[in-house]
Amino acid sequence: MKIGTLSLDERKIIYAKSLGKKIADDVLEEIKPYTTKSIERAILRIFGVNGVNSKGIPYVNSIIDKFQEKNLISKGILFLISNALIKFNTNSIQRLIEEIDEDKINITKLEYGDKEKIKILAKDLIKDGVSKIVKKKKERENMILKYPLKEKPHLYVIVATGNIYEDAKQVKSAAYLGADFIAIIRSTAQSLLDYVPYGLTTEGYGGTYATQENFRFIREILDEVSKDIKKYVKLVNYSSGLCMPEISTLATLERLDLMVNDALYGILFRNLNPLRTMIDQRFSRFILHIGGIPIVTGEDNLIKTIDSKEFYYTVIVSQIINEQLAKNCGMDENEIGLGHAFELDPNLENGFLYEIAQAQLVRELFPNSPIKFMPPTRYKTGNIFLSHVMDTLFNIVANLTDQEIQLLGMLTEALHTPLVHDRYLSIENAKYIRNNLKSISNEFIIKDDGIIKKRAVEVFDKAVEKLEEISSMGLFKALEKGYFSDTKRLKEEGRGYEGVIKKDDDYLEIYDLL
Amino acid sequence: MKDKEKFIRPYGDTPDDGIIQISFTIPLPLPFSREVAKRIVKEMGLSDENIVFEKDIYSGFSFFIIYGKFNKYIDISKIKVKNNELTIPDFFEIEKIMEEKIGKKIKIIACTLGSDAHTVGLDAIINAKGYNGDNGLERYKGFEILNLGSQIQHELLIKKIQEYKPNVVLISQTVTQKNIHLKNLTLLSELLEAENLRDKILLICGGYKITPELAHELGYDMGFGANTYPSQVAYYIVNELIKRNLLDKWS
Repeated sequence: MKIGTLSLDERKIIYAKSLGKKIADDVLEEIKPYTTKSIERAILRIFGVNGVNSKGIPYVNSIIDKFQEKNLISKGILFLISNALIKFNTNSIQRLIEEIDEDKINITKLEYGDKEKIKILAKDLIKDGVSKIVKKKKERENMILKYPLKEKPHLYVIVATGNIYEDAKQVKSAAYLGADFIAIIRSTAQSLLDYVPYGLTTEGYGGTYATQENFRFIREILDEVSKDIKKYVKLVNYSSGLCMPEISTLATLERLDLMVNDALYGILFRNLNPLRTMIDQRFSRFILHIGGIPIVTGEDNLIKTIDSKEFYYTVIVSQIINEQLAKNCGMDENEIGLGHAFELDPNLENGFLYEIAQAQLVRELFPNSPIKFMPPTRYKTGNIFLSHVMDTLFNIVANLTDQEIQLLGMLTEALHTPLVHDRYLSIENAKYIRNNLKSISNEFIIKDDGIIKKRAVEVFDKAVEKLEEISSMGLFKALEKGYFSDTKRLKEEGRGYEGVIKKDDDYLEIYDLL
Repeated sequence: MKDKEKFIRPYGDTPDDGIIQISFTIPLPLPFSREVAKRIVKEMGLSDENIVFEKDIYSGFSFFIIYGKFNKYIDISKIKVKNNELTIPDFFEIEKIMEEKIGKKIKIIACTLGSDAHTVGLDAIINAKGYNGDNGLERYKGFEILNLGSQIQHELLIKKIQEYKPNVVLISQTVTQKNIHLKNLTLLSELLEAENLRDKILLICGGYKITPELAHELGYDMGFGANTYPSQVAYYIVNELIKRNLLDKWS
């Protein structure tokens, strides 16, 4: 259905987004004075620092921890490293890092040199690092130009074997079958690790570790396939959890194409410290924007935990806030893939109409966003046959309402991570619907006094009401009160709070240097 | 013809036709994989195998849908089924029980105790994401959970219990060096007694080496070991709170 079919009140949309902007601006003001351990590690990764020390600890962790132990990290690694490089008259960051790691250099004994000089060097270092990221972005743009993805919705599937070599086989199968986006699900609870594992990994639980080497390995395989089928198949991973900034940076360096990124998800479902992950998210979105990598957000999760009929408005609330948070990091609307899901109770009378209403509402509120539409999961059982039919209804709604990125449902959802042929059956189903319903969205208009219109307006009105409340109290307070998913999160509790660092006057802002 | 009352085989559309449908993938390409698939079906004890669908799904894989006939009978007179199997109701049923029988939020404090930094078990039970498709306790509308995370000192926990006034305290102890977990757990139940808090709460521990017997011995109401699902814990909590009348102990 065309944008405008719901004939939503334009002024109300502008008003809702202005509330979102106020909420996002307040968050930005609150997080500005802080950096985090993971951001500082990410900056080292931009410089190309990689590898692990003799104890198997990533150098970036060992170094940042050392500076934190000595209460120096508030100056920021950019300042500290630039200063050390000048002091030792060297330009090898990796060697400097290794010497600090081995305690050959006593970091507490380092005096600070001329601050202007430090700043000039820091600027050069960052520009140099960022130029590598920009090069990768150009590579991607060329590939997309040469081998474009033509058909929408794009089909997104996940692979999750735990072993990167098995993943490679299944990624290839999925790509040849017609997947446009492929995500390698991370190992269970990787989001709670405060370091990024190293190397090609063969043991994961419910997924495969996100590592720089795994990223590179799979992207190379997909490049081969992309050339063969003349379609640039996109690689997805998750920049969430305690290492959000580092994973984002690695994604830009290894030319991933889409990142799932949402601080709210981590706060609500992983009990991450709200402050930490909001600070991390700002850096992540900033660096992803430089690397030309769009994000997709996790609002779909909000209605996997609570009833979608009653609480769908929280999806809209979170999307409106998330869009503004991303814009505050420099992201453009076409880089902000807001998420939502088809999760109504299948026993609900006219549920299909409500799903259409909700999906079309999202489409109309964010006309330039590559909306990510997630399949039913909550009410799936071991009845794989009914499950396949539910996915078909989902596929129809995706096409009818012009969703852009469609994550495919699996008939064995709720049973296990997808088997290689589950993925085949899913892709076949989605392609069948996409082809048969090719122009359907142009053929339909919505009845002005019908069920669909009524539902969309009801959800939007409720969302605006909640946005008003949240904007007057602030997002952190709203989280404390359990505004999302019925879960309460305190600003100074949750995982990773100890990694929040107040910046001092010497701190050099990467945001300003670029 | 066997005695129909006692001897059973699968039913497709006529009695005793024995029809079974299966589907699987062979990690080899067609046509070779077809022969492999046929042999697999025979090894399964099926005859009249009928490959109704086969498809090369790339990367060296091929997918099959096959029908076959099961020719043996199962003698049901030899089967005994226990009818008193304890079945845990699913997430929605448990939520419904909470809503109908309790009608207010059950407050839970959860953490790992003392030196224990491992939150794997706690996460699997508490985090909304849950474990293996089974929703975590946070997902239940009827629970309000204060998850203190890992390495919580006994004194801090006692303080938090006094402030938060929970109905349930959930302790996870995963790592066991020199039986530190036993000392940690015992110390807590003693402190709770000393502070007159013990009879206000349902006290539960969990961990790889925990059993219900061990838990009772250490002064806990219940213990959950390896392979526990969140719904088991949720169901236990709901039932015990009602049974022990532990819902209004703080007022």
